[in-house]
Amino acid sequence: MVSVKFFAQLREVTGTEGLQINAADLNGVFVELAKQYPEDVIAQLRGDNVRVAINQELVNGNPALVAGDEVALLPPVTGG
Amino acid sequence: MDSRVQIQVAEFDVASIYQEVREESAGQAGAIVTFVGLVRDRNEIAGDGAAVDTLTLEHYPGMTERSIAVILEQAQSRWPVPWIRVVHRVGELTPSEQIVLVMVGSAHREAAFAAAEFIMDYLKTDAVLWKRERTGLGQTWLKSTAQDAVRAEKWRQPGS
Repeated sequence: MVSVKFFAQLREVTGTEGLQINAADLNGVFVELAKQYPEDVIAQLRGDNVRVAINQELVNGNPALVAGDEVALLPPVTGG
Repeated sequence: MDSRVQIQVAEFDVASIYQEVREESAGQAGAIVTFVGLVRDRNEIAGDGAAVDTLTLEHYPGMTERSIAVILEQAQSRWPVPWIRVVHRVGELTPSEQIVLVMVGSAHREAAFAAAEFIMDYLKTDAVLWKRERTGLGQTWLKSTAQDAVRAEKWRQPGS
């Protein structure tokens, strides 16, 4: 199991701060999420402007995951 | 965790942080630049000019602190600014409240001013934080502005 976390507007559209799912890589996370959320939500989670962090490090592509990994979906930031 | 970076719900006291930096840099710093960002009472970003009731900031504990520490490292690789403090508040804030503090000490003012501006520009584009604004018209997650991106980008130009 990996832990998936949602922030800001992505937390609101999914209605949760996070969940646990079984996935061997990042694409697998989205396959599992697609079973739980409608297409319009998945489109937002997979948006071009959404960055993905694994264990708090930004990643690209389709990295492999191991049990206990934390996958975070981060919408565009607005600090300062 | 980087002791120069503090993410907190609580209000911060500029005078006590200034005193800390003064003591830490005593005799060596010739300049301390302090910037404080405040919550405005009008929505300018969404363009509707509605009165702002609250501004709520969300963060990702751990990653947010590190994203700011990276900005400080970049600043210190460009300017001799040994003394830095960043305090960023999270949670629900109301107009006129303090959101962010950037304090930079250096031997000379030029580096302190430049580094403080650099840090603020990158807090806007790179710090892992999200702002939601509530007005009488509803609530919305703010988008970063094109101006923010331009300000951060200008530091990447040769000669900047």
